[in-house]
Order: sequence, then structure tokens, then C-alpha cells
Amino acid sequence: MSVKTFSIDGQIISAKEGQTILEAARDAGIFIPTLCHFTGLTNVGACRLCVVEIGNSPKLQPACTTKVIEGMEVKVNTERLKEYRKLILELLFAERNHQCSVCVANGNCELQNLAIKLGIDHVRFEFRYQNYPVDISHELFGIDHNRCILCTRCVRVCDEIEGAHTWDVAFRGANAIVITDMNQPWGESESCTSCGKCVLVCPTGALFKRGVSVAELQKDKSHLEFLIQAKVKKQWIR
Amino acid sequence: MDKIKFATVWFGGCSGCHMSFLDLDEWLIELAQKVDVVYSPFVDIKHYPDEVDLCLIEGAVANEEHLEQLYDIRKKTKILVSFGDCALNGNVTALRNLHGEPDKTLELSYKSLATLNNIPNFDYKKIARLIKKVKPLHEIVKIDYFLPGCPPDAKRIKYFLEKLINKENPVLEGELLKNG
Repeated sequence: MSVKTFSIDGQIISAKEGQTILEAARDAGIFIPTLCHFTGLTNVGACRLCVVEIGNSPKLQPACTTKVIEGMEVKVNTERLKEYRKLILELLFAERNHQCSVCVANGNCELQNLAIKLGIDHVRFEFRYQNYPVDISHELFGIDHNRCILCTRCVRVCDEIEGAHTWDVAFRGANAIVITDMNQPWGESESCTSCGKCVLVCPTGALFKRGVSVAELQKDKSHLEFLIQAKVKKQWIR
Repeated sequence: MDKIKFATVWFGGCSGCHMSFLDLDEWLIELAQKVDVVYSPFVDIKHYPDEVDLCLIEGAVANEEHLEQLYDIRKKTKILVSFGDCALNGNVTALRNLHGEPDKTLELSYKSLATLNNIPNFDYKKIARLIKKVKPLHEIVKIDYFLPGCPPDAKRIKYFLEKLINKENPVLEGELLKNG
């Protein structure tokens, strides 16, 4: 396997052939923010938080889907990128209801943590205040579409790890929602195995265990990481 | 050093931010050496005075009185702070926006989701009318600083006030920046 050498913010990095910029950066301990990425699942470049600058190209590229090329010069922390990442998060906050004080995931939320990390103290866009549905027809789990950021992690974990493909995305733009089977209530889904991987992988409070109240939702991802490692790398180690 | 003119205002919020302010406990005595409280729900002053140096506003803009007051306060205040989640993003106060017009909210809260079966006859000469949509403060006037939290804990408020009283720039990071 050949080694690719490139630079991130002037630092020389070695990457394995076929690695993405994000993987190589994480191996080198360099932070690039992500929301839709989850190690072991296919990268789709949906959230755009991991965009980076490459060479002198004015076009930004998502680090999670861009493979390392020998000699490329990548910048991951410029003022321009910081501003864009803030804008992306603020747009997510403005699109649906992400009020932390009344959310099951308050204190355990990747969206909330990232907003803190990127220094967002208020949202500069007007909030949309659209009422999205809540589905609690499943006996164990529920989904609040108001909290969904359409990262599609649930869609991918259900398809690629569980093999059920219960979840998918329907409709377009701000009206897009994740659906179960043929857009029927989750409790009536025939393909759902009730494994709960979608709940564990969800970065926000959109997918939750029924019965948890504000700030009570804990998402222990270690079991999920174990399953993904077993499935993808055939390594059954904890 | 002259004492600075300090005000706190309570709009559409639960007063939790003001309760959290009282959690400053004995530090309030220290604060009293540095500020004159010229307007606040804690003191009996009816009108917002001119030339206030620093004002914390709790709550979102939910009715016509808030709206009118906010324009007035902005004109009369040097440093205006969005105090807590309702002020800076609407929070619980703004959840009524999800149901559309204010009449719809009144119907939900007094009829369909309540034991009462009629909406009271509000005397709008005495109480302010709800505005169409609850808004965070910065959508209406320029806000100088944002102090998040539901409520912001006393530690955060203390850090913020110490900085502003010393004419420094408060920069919230990590746990201090958490909403909710």
C-alpha cells in the first residue's frame, strides 16, 4: 500500500492510499468538525461542516468524501471556513426547533456541543418556526422531526449495519424528512427490527428512547462502534 | 469611580433568569458597591430612565408592550445584553409560533388543552395584546452581548457582569456557552 504525503495547515501528513482528508486528519489528531460522518458508515458529505480549502481552488471540498492526493495543500482552519461552518450551524438551528432547554438530548447532543465548540452565541437568521411531526407509534422509540438535521446517519446505519433499510428520506429541501418503510407510522413498519441502532447513531434528540425526559437521553455509542467494527472490519474486539 | 447605571428587564420569560441572578448571593453586595440599580423587577421604579449604562433583558418579545419598551430601552441604553435563551432565541416563549396566530395559542391554552371551555374576555386597555410572532431581541434592535442559558447560571452572570463593569469584552467559551 503506497503512502501519500500532503499538508494540512502547513503540517506534513502521511496518509494511506485511499484515505480521505478527514481520516488522515483524525489520524494526525487534527480537528475537523463533522455531523453527518460516523466512522464505519458510508460518507455522504451531507452536512458540509467538514469543508476545507485545497490549494488555491476557490471551491471548498468536504473532507469526508475527498481522497488525499499526493502533494495537496489543505487548509482546515481559515477564517473563511470558520465563518462558513458557523453559518451552516446557524441555518440548522433556524430551520427547525432546536431549543435545548426542552430537548431530551440537552447536554448529550452533537449539534449543541459543536455550537459550543465553534463559539455560536446566537443565531443571525430568522427562525422558521415550522411545526414538524412527532411519531411515537413505535413501542420503544420515537422520532421528533423538529430536532432532525437530515444527517441521514439513521438511514445509513439501518441499511449498512442492520441490513433492514427501514429508514429513507422523503420530500425535498426544508420539507425533507426521514421516513420508515413507505412513509407509514414507525410502529407499523414491517422491516424495522427494533434494534435501536438509529437511536444510538442520531447526533441530536430527533431519535429517542421513549420514556426519557428533558436532558435524560444518554447515547452510548461504544456498543454501536463495536458492531460497526465487527461488520466492516470483521474484528470482534471491544 | 462613579457607579454605573444598571437595569434589568423582564419580557416574555419565566423569570428564571432573574432567579438565577439572585443566586449571585453575597456577590450581590459587592455588585451594589459598583452599580446603581435604576430599573428592575426587583425595585419599585415605574419608568425606564435615560442614560442607562448596562441593561440585561430577560425573555423574548411576545406582546406590544415589550415591543414598545424594547425600542425605548435601546435608545436609552449604552450596553444591551440578551439575558438567557428566551431573549436570544425565543426558547419556550417562542414555541407558540409553531401553532401560528396568537388566537390559535389562546384557543389551545384556554380551550382544547385546558379544563376551561372558553377564552376569557381580555381587557386590552389594561393588558398588552400578543404580537403575531414571538421574536428574539436581536431580530428587532441591535444587541451588544448575548448571555445564553436556560437559565444562565450565576457563575456565567458573574463573569459577564465583572467583565462589562470593568469595560472589558466578555467572551464565553466551553460550558459557559451552552444553551439550555
